[in-house]
Amino acid sequence: MAVPILKQGPFLIASIQSALTDTDLVQLRDALVGQVGSYRSRGVIVDVTALDVLDSFASRTLRDLAHMVRLRGAETVIVGIQPEVAFTMVRLGLTLEGVATALDLEEGLFYLNEKLRSTQQTTQ
Amino acid sequence: MHEVKDLKSPLAPSQVTSESTATILRELVTHLRENRTQLRQEWAHRITEAKLLTAMSADEIFTEATAVYDQYVEALETGTFEALQAYARNLSERIIPRGVETHEVVGIVLLLRDVLARSLFAKYQGDFGKLNRILDAYEPAANRIANTVAVGFVQERERIIREQQEAIRELSTPVLQVRERLLILPIIGVIDPQRARQLTEQLLRGIRTNRAKVVVIDITGVAAMDSQIANHLVQTVEASRLLGATVIVTGLSPEIAQTLVNIGVDLGKMNTVGDLQGGIEGAERLLGYKVVPIGDNTQMPKGLLPG
Repeated sequence: MAVPILKQGPFLIASIQSALTDTDLVQLRDALVGQVGSYRSRGVIVDVTALDVLDSFASRTLRDLAHMVRLRGAETVIVGIQPEVAFTMVRLGLTLEGVATALDLEEGLFYLNEKLRSTQQTTQ
Repeated sequence: MHEVKDLKSPLAPSQVTSESTATILRELVTHLRENRTQLRQEWAHRITEAKLLTAMSADEIFTEATAVYDQYVEALETGTFEALQAYARNLSERIIPRGVETHEVVGIVLLLRDVLARSLFAKYQGDFGKLNRILDAYEPAANRIANTVAVGFVQERERIIREQQEAIRELSTPVLQVRERLLILPIIGVIDPQRARQLTEQLLRGIRTNRAKVVVIDITGVAAMDSQIANHLVQTVEASRLLGATVIVTGLSPEIAQTLVNIGVDLGKMNTVGDLQGGIEGAERLLGYKVVPIGDNTQMPKGLLPG
């Protein structure tokens, strides 16, 4: 199942609505990394609220996504990880190191806006 | 069918024995009833002498002794232990809060057994065969009674301990919101794996429901933790980060600091501050709060002024 990617101002939002296969995840990663360039986006939000499980492949793909997006000049935030999912991930040693996380979409947008503002301030 | 016969044949002699056991038990019970006052007094006396049940007055001991004695004889007579069991449970419920120990309860039941056995020796000393038969009937029943009372007492004790543990568990994990988006989690006492799991669950749920951005976990009240619990704490910090919250751990004792260093915690992932005050101040800074006193210090209540 393909995940819709919404453009919201300078950011891209991908909201995952159901469990994804590994292929879907890789497709999502490639689509986001590609569109960051074509829309000149400054940030990417991946909403995983609907997911009951994030396995090692999904965690690694999300981490790779964040690192690839950073190399293309934008920031990534993973939002909406459920408490149970979070603790299971940590127990499995999947801590998404180096990836920003936020409680929900609103927080993620806030985080990206702050980031954007601070970079604009430094460039001015 | 001969299989049925085989089953039946061994029953016959045992029925005969149980028949004679019943008569002997009846005789025994009559003896105990007749000498109730004297034996009961002897027993109460022995209890005081052995310095058991020191938490109770002599009158109380005598009242309980009477009740136990009657229950005891009744259990011997009827061979059913339900009434005695219920009584033992009831008695335990009353005396456990007064600090009566297991060895005391077992001790008094064994004393009663000895007192009664002595009286049987005295009565049947002339007829050794009879004494033997009486003791054959008496001993298993008496041992079972001692067993029942002791088990009843221990079960009651365990029930109370379980209840208290439950109460402590419920009381011990408050997740408190001190400011908009700032939670504190004060942990006091010993953390076992179950409590650690519960703390984590409550904290992660609290982060979600209160939309917290910063959490201060204060472990001033935790004297020490093993490496398993320390690992769990680190995992809790990581999991909170996945929910978008920053965790500040405060009040680490030297022992806990050592444990964390020994398990090789990545200190870059753990935010630690010396005490709760420092932790809350740090959290406020992260959230963009600035706390300033109103007016000058002279308006502070007298008690807060230095000197």
